Amino acid sequence: MNNQQADTAPRRAIDVINAGMDRRKRSEKRFQLLGKLSIALAIGFLAMLLGSIVSKGYGAFQQTYVKLDVHLDAAKIDAENLNKGNYSGVIKEGLRNMFPDVSGRREKRKLYSLVSQSAAYQLQAKVIEEPGLIGQAISIWVPADDEVDVFFKGHINRDIAEEDRRIKDNQIRWIDHFIEQNRIEKRFNTTFFNAGDSRNPESAGIWGAVVGSFYTLLVTLLLSFPVGVASAIYLEEFAPKNKFIDFIEVNINNLAAVPSIIFGLLGLAIFINFFGLPRSASFVGGLVLTLMTLPTIIISSRAALKSVPPSIKQAALGVGASPMQAIFYHVLPLAMPGILTGTILGMAQALGESAPLLMIGMVAFIVDIPAGIFDPSTVLPVQIFLWADSPERAFLERTSGAIMVLLGFLVLMNMVAVILRKQFERRW
Amino acid sequence: MNVEQETGQKEMELNPAQTKEAMDLQSKTPKVDRENRETVGDVRVDDPRMRCTDINVHYGDKHAIKGLNLDVGKKEILSMIGPSGCGKSTFLRCLNRMNDTIDSCRVTGTIEMDGVDINGKSIDVVPLRASVGMVFQKPNPFPKSIRENILFGPRIHGLATDKDDLEEIVVNSLKKAGLWDEVKDRLDQPGTGLSGGQQQRLCIARTIAVEPEIILMDEPCSALDPISTAAIEELMLELSESYSICIVTHSMQQAARVSNRTAYFHLGDLIEVGTTDQVFNAPLHQLTEDYITGRFG
Ligand SMILES: Nc1ncnc2c1ncn2[C@@H]1O[C@H](COP(=O)(O)OP(=O)(O)O)[C@@H](O)[C@H]1O
Ligand SMILES: [Mg+2]
Repeated sequence: MNNQQADTAPRRAIDVINAGMDRRKRSEKRFQLLGKLSIALAIGFLAMLLGSIVSKGYGAFQQTYVKLDVHLDAAKIDAENLNKGNYSGVIKEGLRNMFPDVSGRREKRKLYSLVSQSAAYQLQAKVIEEPGLIGQAISIWVPADDEVDVFFKGHINRDIAEEDRRIKDNQIRWIDHFIEQNRIEKRFNTTFFNAGDSRNPESAGIWGAVVGSFYTLLVTLLLSFPVGVASAIYLEEFAPKNKFIDFIEVNINNLAAVPSIIFGLLGLAIFINFFGLPRSASFVGGLVLTLMTLPTIIISSRAALKSVPPSIKQAALGVGASPMQAIFYHVLPLAMPGILTGTILGMAQALGESAPLLMIGMVAFIVDIPAGIFDPSTVLPVQIFLWADSPERAFLERTSGAIMVLLGFLVLMNMVAVILRKQFERRW
Repeated sequence: MNVEQETGQKEMELNPAQTKEAMDLQSKTPKVDRENRETVGDVRVDDPRMRCTDINVHYGDKHAIKGLNLDVGKKEILSMIGPSGCGKSTFLRCLNRMNDTIDSCRVTGTIEMDGVDINGKSIDVVPLRASVGMVFQKPNPFPKSIRENILFGPRIHGLATDKDDLEEIVVNSLKKAGLWDEVKDRLDQPGTGLSGGQQQRLCIARTIAVEPEIILMDEPCSALDPISTAAIEELMLELSESYSICIVTHSMQQAARVSNRTAYFHLGDLIEVGTTDQVFNAPLHQLTEDYITGRFG
């Protein structure tokens, strides 16, 4: 009886399950393998990107300097009027004295172009600091010209034909002479970190762009954080549920997907043309980026508010708190880590944005470090854009260097976001 | 360990005894028919704290409470029982207007507290909720220190500003909630770090810190172990000496143990109200009997 039943009975479920296990395990393995492959691919691309940027850009943090012996001739530099002295004449004389056999205007011009035009300013600064030097002969390290810099860093091959080279044979001879006498060396490039933009790569720095970025982000943060959080609180906690509010919500979500250059056009039309705000000012840049980051902040703040357990708000209402008290004492503090993370990510996005700022004129060539939010300025990504467009070989290096600085700031901001989230995180 | 056994035993005893008695009674007295949804029993008491008249609650199209009349007496424990989804919580939320926070919810009828309609236009929910406190099903302490949990209510209502007065409120509330001895050394640690039962007593302490006149409890013990349940039941009996308590419970044993009066709800109707003894031992309505004898629910 029992046997018969076993024969006719359908297969037991566990047998069916066991029979299928192999197939399941295999597809599981396949899926994991695919995942690993894609991660490897992503890491590979990232490494390639970073590798190429770093390998091109690390040179920007060093600058070639040459040592000149100059005579601070009182005839060329008037001790009474240090600002008017013929400092470049002194430098040129120093060069001529090193290479007395150089003759002819063209060759002399080539010789003079070994050192940066900024050498004269550095000499002037030194003399103003120590006026007692006038009349003496001194040795001074001055920045080399960008072509010399590039050559000395080994980016120009001496074996190719002279007419294909930016550095000519006679210049190579002079540089070799500097090398023999230990009068040329690479130093840490402080100019890159504390100067504004310049037509000469060896005098160009990112500080102007960093300050511009700082002011722009400051304006963006001060405007978009309170406005964004307040909108999120209103929409999430107070707004009546009706068609109009639905419409607003849909629009906010859509705004997050609008290409950023549109915001730039809007800024140009409204802030500059209609309200007459100054072009190229970080204030206007901040306004435009505020428009761009608001949807991000509103959406992430709403998500953060939504994730606070409703029981907390009920508890507060239950002891007689008004809705505002319940939100500001309990819900908002619990939502803060999410809100801050969203805000910092929005800020990071704003920091990396260039297209809308091109529209409002922040793409201008600006040498001075901006002193306020209404001064003309540029920002890091636009500076990168400008340098990438320049023909000089030395700007290539600086472009990558600036990208490294920008990436550094972005990593820093993301780290701050992570730390804040960890700090504020609470269990319930 | 001891307490756990005791509580367990108590529950074991109560059920069969009641069931048997109810069975006996069933054969003697005729019950109100199952199809009749008129409330049977005395919905009114002399000198009520709260008087609900003709309450209807809708969630959108759903009619969740249908024409309910019920009084809450002074210093009594009124328990509400019934199958889930019958509207017990909904009714409880009417009493401190927590239903206002639900968008789709509409409440009609009058609820008088000491003679004043709390649904009236001139009534502000803030003082109302201060005088009608609520304890929720799931313990929901604020993720702050135990002290801050207690003090939030008194602070926002301005009950005390002096540091000593505030400290006194903390001590008194925790003592009344029977939690003082367990937490007196760690008032500055987070309330969320307590055990479930302690958290619920903290929530009760938080509620009584604003000196309410009525306390609403929505299944306060459903997430708790028997020991914590026993502690909270004892607490309710103590509190009922000064407050009115309305408790929703899914445990008939609990209703039988703590309450003076019991109301039985069924699909949005209030079916039967009476003293707890009467409802459990001699229900007048067939549906009530079905429920307490375990034939329904
Ligand atoms: N927020 C709500 N929205 C819509 N319907 C609800 C809501 N809360 C409760 N209900 C409905 O109202 C009825 C009564 O619910 P409730 O009062 O929670 O029942 P109980 O507490 O007795 O289990 C149920 O049918 C439930 O589906
Ligand atoms: Mg309920």
